[in-house]
Amino acid sequence: MLDRNKFYHIASLFISLAILWLLLSGHYTPLLLSLGLLSIILVTLIALRMNLIAFEQPETFIQFIKYIPYGFWLLIEILKSNIDVCKRILNPNLPISPRWITIKSSQFSEFGKIIYANSITLTPGTISMDVDENRIEVHALSEVGVEGLATGDMDKRISEVEQKYV
Amino acid sequence: MSDLINIISGVLIISGALAIIVGLIGVFRMPDFFTRLHAASIVDTMGTMLILFGMMLYSGFNIVSVKLLLILIFILVTTPTAAHALAKSALHGGLKPMLDKDEKE
Amino acid sequence: MFEVATYMILFAMFLALVSAIIGKSVYDKILAVNILGTITVLFIALFGFLTERPEFLDIALVYALINFIATVAILKFFEYGDMGRSSHLNEDSDI
Repeated sequence: MLDRNKFYHIASLFISLAILWLLLSGHYTPLLLSLGLLSIILVTLIALRMNLIAFEQPETFIQFIKYIPYGFWLLIEILKSNIDVCKRILNPNLPISPRWITIKSSQFSEFGKIIYANSITLTPGTISMDVDENRIEVHALSEVGVEGLATGDMDKRISEVEQKYV
Repeated sequence: MSDLINIISGVLIISGALAIIVGLIGVFRMPDFFTRLHAASIVDTMGTMLILFGMMLYSGFNIVSVKLLLILIFILVTTPTAAHALAKSALHGGLKPMLDKDEKE
Repeated sequence: MFEVATYMILFAMFLALVSAIIGKSVYDKILAVNILGTITVLFIALFGFLTERPEFLDIALVYALINFIATVAILKFFEYGDMGRSSHLNEDSDI
């Protein structure tokens, strides 16, 4: 009744909740540890009963670990485009030219697409408006954001991370 | 040494607060809703990142900085989702984006 | 330096509140309230450092989560006029 895939998903949820509890608590006496274990088991059971665990997707906890090196690259990109947008806001002429483009996304999993659309939105100057099977509609503040997306650098990096096996 | 770290973290925190004020000036100056969303994302990324990194540097490596890192991760994961939901439902609700050149391909 | 940063953040909260009041459409107001929530998270964290009570960080963490849920819930309410609609029933209810 409990096959391998289900077991891995439940174990992944349990371990990530346990790590979160240990990081947030800061008190490690036996009473509080057992109360924490109880609450983790309760949350896992409620998540199972509410069908909140996506069994057909890969384990989310492991997926997040895979994307950590990409996150550092994204931080640099966010800083660069932040400085550009700040300059435009503080310029008295307000040199913006909003535009609407459609770009292709080459990720095959839902999670990769979510990461790509969220990275586009997180970078100031571009916002993903609509996500489809393999294209994303983007509202951009200026031509700089459009040029950054047109090179497809971010798309390539996410696809590379996605194909890595952990 | 610790004086230097305090000065660096102070500079980071003050520049983060400045970034937030710049983002809000952008919210006041931008002509329509969708461009205002771009200005708002400065507050969510630059301001949050600089202030929380500055506080992490000030507190050193302990449970406080781990909690600050968790706050940063939560904000960086949730705000693009909120911005996307806002943009999509504003488009659905009949707001038309002001465009310079219609480059629909 | 925490005092200076806290005063600047209070000023930013005032600006966000003004933009929430003068916003033209509903979406402008929701955006301003969302920004106000993010700034409030930072204010709570900074205030905890100012008074040397790091327990405030737990409140900031919870506030960050509630802020996101509040934004999505208000948007869903304005989109459908109903909070309890199931997303399995039709395709376009995933705002």
